[in-house]
Order: sequence, then structure tokens, then C-alpha cells
Amino acid sequence: MAQPKNYGFEEEAGMLKDGARRFFAEKLPVDQLHALVADAYVPERAPEVKWRKELWDEMVALGWTSLAVPESAGGVGMPWVAVAALLEENGRAAFPSPLLTTLQATAVLSHCGQAGEAALAEVAGGCAATIAVMDPAGSAVPGAVKVVDGKLMGTASFVQDAGKCDSVLVVATDEGEPTLFWVKLASDGVEVRQDAIIDLTRDQARVSFDGVAADRIETHGAAAWDAALPTLWMLLSADMVGAAEWLLQTTVEYAQQRKQFDRSLGFFQAVKHDLVNVMIAIDESKSLLYSAACAIDHEPERARELAHMAKSSASDTAAFAAGRTVQMHGGIGFTWECYVHLYFKRQKHSQLLWGDAAWHRAALAALLLDGPSAAAAA
Amino acid sequence: MSDSERKDTAEQAEFRRYCKAWIADNHPGEPTVRLPLSPLEIMTPEQMAYLQSWQKSAYDAGLVGCDYPKEVGGGGRKDCQRVANEELVAARTPYYPNVIGLGMAAPTVFHHGKEALKQQLLPRLFSGEDIWCQGFSEPGAGSDLANVQTFAEPKGDKWIINGHKVWTSLAHFAEWMIILLRTDKGHKYEGLSYFVVPIASALGKGVTVKPLIKMTGETGFNEVLFENLEVDDSFRLDELGKGWQVAMTTLLHERGAGELVTPRAGGLKSESSLSISSRNVMDLATKTPRGAQQASDDPLLRDRMVRQLIREEALKEHQRRSRVPALIDHPMRLPLQNKLLASEIAQDTAALALEVEGPAASLYLADENAPARGQWPLAYMNSYGMTIAAGTSEIQRNILGERVLGLAKSK
Ligand SMILES: Cc1cc2nc3c(=O)[nH]c(=O)nc-3n(C[C@H](O)[C@H](O)[C@H](O)COP(=O)(O)OP(=O)(O)OC[C@H]3O[C@@H](n4cnc5c(N)ncnc54)[C@H](O)[C@@H]3O)c2cc1C
Repeated sequence: MAQPKNYGFEEEAGMLKDGARRFFAEKLPVDQLHALVADAYVPERAPEVKWRKELWDEMVALGWTSLAVPESAGGVGMPWVAVAALLEENGRAAFPSPLLTTLQATAVLSHCGQAGEAALAEVAGGCAATIAVMDPAGSAVPGAVKVVDGKLMGTASFVQDAGKCDSVLVVATDEGEPTLFWVKLASDGVEVRQDAIIDLTRDQARVSFDGVAADRIETHGAAAWDAALPTLWMLLSADMVGAAEWLLQTTVEYAQQRKQFDRSLGFFQAVKHDLVNVMIAIDESKSLLYSAACAIDHEPERARELAHMAKSSASDTAAFAAGRTVQMHGGIGFTWECYVHLYFKRQKHSQLLWGDAAWHRAALAALLLDGPSAAAAA
Repeated sequence: MSDSERKDTAEQAEFRRYCKAWIADNHPGEPTVRLPLSPLEIMTPEQMAYLQSWQKSAYDAGLVGCDYPKEVGGGGRKDCQRVANEELVAARTPYYPNVIGLGMAAPTVFHHGKEALKQQLLPRLFSGEDIWCQGFSEPGAGSDLANVQTFAEPKGDKWIINGHKVWTSLAHFAEWMIILLRTDKGHKYEGLSYFVVPIASALGKGVTVKPLIKMTGETGFNEVLFENLEVDDSFRLDELGKGWQVAMTTLLHERGAGELVTPRAGGLKSESSLSISSRNVMDLATKTPRGAQQASDDPLLRDRMVRQLIREEALKEHQRRSRVPALIDHPMRLPLQNKLLASEIAQDTAALALEVEGPAASLYLADENAPARGQWPLAYMNSYGMTIAAGTSEIQRNILGERVLGLAKSK
């Protein structure tokens, strides 16, 4: 199937992106974000979940949780490129909310056919969701949670924004077979233990299941889970690319204002060329992001390849843009009160999540050099 | 159906059908002479004659200069050159030899020349009968282009030119040169004027072309010396003292950001040439032994080949993204990156190919054991021409930093 020339990015997608940018800028500008998540921070204190739930309710009212839900399940069924654009703005604002995780869960549920529709309808109605699958090493191969006597047992690590969510999509194994469950986080036997993490804009938890009776969505979930992975990677990449754009713009403004040796910093080539290199890296990641999103919409057979590229590139760009930003801000960039640390840490977190750059490149190399069957076995 | 066909206008769709049919009937097939990697390294009259006759037939068929008005020898179409280029590239036809004429001289003459001059020069430029070259650089003025010293002194309604241009690609085949000259020694920028000068007809009569040999051993660029060459004032483009502004039009097109699309053809993707792509390097790696295994089994090489592939794919996607205004923050942001990225990616890809080949990468064109006919070391060396010519990578970064990011100007 051929891909549309403009990624299928139609007028309404552009409106969604513009609207989202305005929403985030008005509702939670970076000084307020900093006040919310960073002002009363004490390193030794137990982790807290800091966010503004009422803004989430507004986002739900704007229909953002139903965007990616197929029309058959009561959603809007927007193309994934539009969703990518929304998440780019979410990243640009480093917004604390379960938007990313909810859209990721939506992606998995959308691959479950009719079995996923009840859960999808809840999501469309505003139920915030996340995914529990990773083991303590951060591997997303199902197995951390198992089905024992029909009930969920085990602990999933690195569950994103669990403290903000209502439900969790559990990817458990039943006699070794990946199986999907839809669980209310408030259910008996579910325990959420918050991790103390560097990223102040998100929360992360270990979620334990101790004999939880849960709604089984798909018994043979392997196919749905596997097919959804490129979308999960692509969505996180969108957040990272948006955040990188904030880092670039903020640093450019600083390089224009700040003077040393009687010149603005940006006059000096060591600074100018570095900033251009950051821009080049962002553009690389952004073009790959949209081509991956477009493939998910129009050319699924290429989605995996392109999503590996997008996440690998976004991970490198995230680290590069964040690192140069702190460096080019000089001493002030190393302080707590300078806002860049919020993004620096969010980018580090995203970079390591769902496969870092080298992991994605290794997977892509296997796909291209050894063929699909060898890649699956790896 | 290809990506682009989905959005063709009725005119483009019809033109595309026409191009496909014409190319199918007139494809010259495997070249009858060995062609260099790019038109800038055309060395022999045989190569030139072969390529000129190909350009002429494509022009006669209406595939060159499509978007220019009919009065100046163009096709009088709208946004159709892209279509012709896509079809030529897809069919892997040879490139056109008159690259500097098509890419730089034509848009500059078109935007700044008088009507009569356009009608005189452009048809033979499009047809490839007149090869063009660009006399910008001088020994003392490369990146600092506005520092050119080659001087034009007025004499009645004529000008007398004296000076020294260098690295002038294709001058040994060129009939015409676009040239940036100093007409006033008192002002750096306002002292510049822009001319077209006939050089082939003035050889030995005020013009000397001395071939320079490139580090690859190939010829292709030259020194051009002017000694009291007399030219007519009608060969001046735009007003006296406006040479810098005219040169900007040339540079914009040279760096891939101009609005008049260059009529490139299949070019580097012709049957006999090597295409510098990471897929090609990966393919090479699967066929190159490394100890008991293949080079493609080496995890570090795998990582680097895939890295290159990712950069290449991104650059390809830039084209598509630059046409969706909602997805870019500045209209020149992506077009100005093209030349910079294409040249640096090509350089890194070729360097990787040499590592894959190992010691065999030392074997050059004339060695019968050279893998890929010695094209990879040639491509690697040539890539430095790409990161230097048409604005070095450093100058490109300055331009991006200043024009797109709005950082303080360094001059
Ligand atoms: C293959 C090839 C074909 C060419 N064809 C033509 C042609 O047809 N017509 C023509 O007119 N010219 C041609 N040129 C010349 C080319 O345009 C110049 O070589 C180029 O502009 C660089 O100028 P330079 O060689 O004087 O280097 P310099 O300007 O001396 O630069 C030397 C080094 O210093 C760096 N540098 C210079 N200024 C700055 C700065 N402000 N900031 C940071 N770094 C800087 C450069 O990036 C470079 O790395 C060709 C060159 C090559 C290699």
C-alpha cells in the first residue's frame, strides 16, 4: 500500500496540534510546571505523584482519549499521525499526565478486535490506562506476571504513570502464552509501589498482582501485543521529539540573550554549530517519527522497521539535545531553579524506556540482515 | 502507484504518462562509455558527447526546462519538472552533463537577465548544446565569496576583465560562464557585478583554461585566467553593483533551496554507476568475509550500518515533511539542510564501505581485484568535494544558525 505524500496529515490534524500547543502553554507554562513538580522536592523523601487532575479532566472533555479509539468502539478513529502530533505537543510541554500511557494502551487494545472493545469504550470515556509488562531488567517480553489458577500473580516493573491511572493493561503469560488482561488498579490484590525516579514530570511504579481475578481480553495475545509494539515506540518518540524542540528553542533564546566577550553566545561558532547540530538531529527524528506513524496508518508491513528507526533516532536526539542544552546554559543550566533540568531528566527517562537506541538498531539490523524469522527469535 | 502519483494534478498526471512512455521508448540503456560518479568529473570528449546527445534528446522531447516559459525555450508547464525527474530517476537513465547550467545559470539568468539575453542563451543551455560553468571562487576568495578581486573595467559600452578564477568545474568543456566580478574597489558588497561571459570562443584571446587534477586523479575542474577579455555590457545581469544579490539567487539554487527545480535526470542512479547508499554497504557486508564469518556479522559494523541507514531514511523523509507546513517551524529549515546532510551522509557511508572492504579498499579503479571496481574509495575521496564545494559544511552551518535559528551573524 502506498503512503500519502503528506503522511495523511490533514487539516484537522493540524488543528489538533495547534490546539494542543495552546492548551499546554496556557494551562501549564513551564514556570507553573516547575512550581508544581519541583518546588518542594526533597531527594530523601518518599516519591509523590504530582499532577493536576483537573487538567486531565479537561483533556478528556476535549476528546483526546477517544482520538485513537476506533469508531467501532465509540471513538473518533483519528489516524496515528494526528495522535503523534498531539503527543509531540505533550512532550514540548513535558506535561505530567497519563496521556501517553493511555494512548499506548489504546494501541494494544485496538489490535484485539472485538475482544478489546469494552476496554476501549472505557478509554474513550476517559479511563486513564497504563501497561504492565516489564521485568526488573526493563525487558518488555511478557513473563513478569503469570496466570496461576486463573489469577494474576507477579510483579511488573517500570509501569509508567501508574499513580495517575484508573486501569492497567496487563500482558501476562498463561502457560507461556502472552495473554492480555484489563485490571482496575484499585482492585483487591493489586499493589502499586512508587519508584523514586529522576524524572519529576512522570511517576513510575512496580505493580504487584497477588491472586487477582481479572478480565481476560485476549487469550492468544501474542499477535496483538507484537503488532502494537511499533505504535508504542512511535508514540514515545513523539513525546521525545516535542521535548527536544523545547530544549532547542529555549537554548536558542538563551544564546541570543546571554552575552560573553561582548557578544551574544550564538555569535560564536562553537555554540552556533552545536545548536544547528541539535536542530539537524531533531529534524532527523521528526521525519522518521512521521514516516513511522504514516506507515502504521497506511503501510503496516513497514511499520516495525520505521518505528525502530524512529525510536533509535529519538533516543539519541533526546540525549544529545538535553546534554547540549545544559552545557550551553553554563552554570545556571546546572541549577535546580533553571527549568531545563525537568526536560533533561524526562528525556533521559524516555531514552531508556521501551528499548534504547542501540537495542532498536540491533533489532533493526537483525530484521534487515538476518531476515524476519531470525529477528523474532532474538 | 508511487507516493507522488497520488497527488498529481491533471496536468502532472498526463505529463507523467507522457514521460513514462517516452523514457520507455528512448532509454539509452547501458552507457557505451564509462561514466564518472557525477557530471563534475566528466573527463573525456567521448563521455561529454555521449551525455550531451542524451540531454539533447530529452530536451527535444520536453523533459528539460519543463517549468520555464516557452518564450525562453522551456516547456511552459507548471510544477512538472519534479514529475520528469522522478520518472528519469526511477528509470535509472544517465545524468545530464550541463549541471551547472541547469542548476545555477538557468535560474539566475531567468530571474536577472534581460529578455533578449534569456531568449539567446536558455534554449541552448536546456538542450545541453552549450555547457556552462561557474566562475565564483578565486584563490583568495572561497568561503568569503564577496572578496572576489577579478576586475571589470569599463571601456565605452564594453568591459575589460582581468583576474584569476579557480576550481571551475567543467570550464574545459564550457561555452559560457556565470561570473561574479568586482566593478568597484571601494565597496566590498556593493562593488560586485554579475555577468555571463562566453569563454570557449575567447580561448587564446583573453581566456586561458588550465585543468587541475583532483585528489582522485580525475580531472573536472580548472583554473581560468582572464587577460584583457573584452565583453559586451549586454552580458551583465541585473544592475551594476547588484552582483551580490544576483549571486544569492545562484547560491540558493546551488544549495538546493531554489524554487525553480533543477532538471536532474537519473544521474547517480544510472545503470553503470555505484549508488552511495547504506543498503548497498549492507549488501557488500553480507558478501565480504571477515575471519570465519561475514563482515555483516560484526555487531559494531551492524550498528554503524543501521545508523547510516536511519540518517539516510530521515533525509529522504525531509522532502515529504517540508511540503507539510504544519510540521515545520521555518520554511527554509529543511531545504537548507539538504546539501549539508546529503554530502556528510555520503561521506560517512563511503567511509563505512571502505571499512567493510578492509584492506581490499586500497585497490583502486585500475585493479582487477578491486571490489565494486574500486568505486568505493573513489566515492569516499569524491565526497570531500561535496562537503567543500557549493558552500562548505561549516558555512552551511553558519547559514542555518543565522537564517533559521536567528543567531548573531558572524560577519
Ligand atoms: C569539487 C569542487 C568543485 C568546485 N567547483 C567550483 C565551481 O565550479 N565554481 C566555483 O566558483 N567554485 C568551485 N569550487 C570551489 C568551492 O566553492 C570552494 O572551494 C569553497 O567555497 C571553499 O572555499 P575555499 O576552497 O577557498 O576554502 P576556504 O574558504 O579557505 O575554507 C577553508 C576551511 O575553512 C573553513 N572556513 C572558512 N570560513 C569559515 C567561517 N567563516 N567559519 C567557519 N569555517 C570557515 C571552511 O569551511 C574550510 O573548512 C569547487 C570546489 C570543489 C572542491
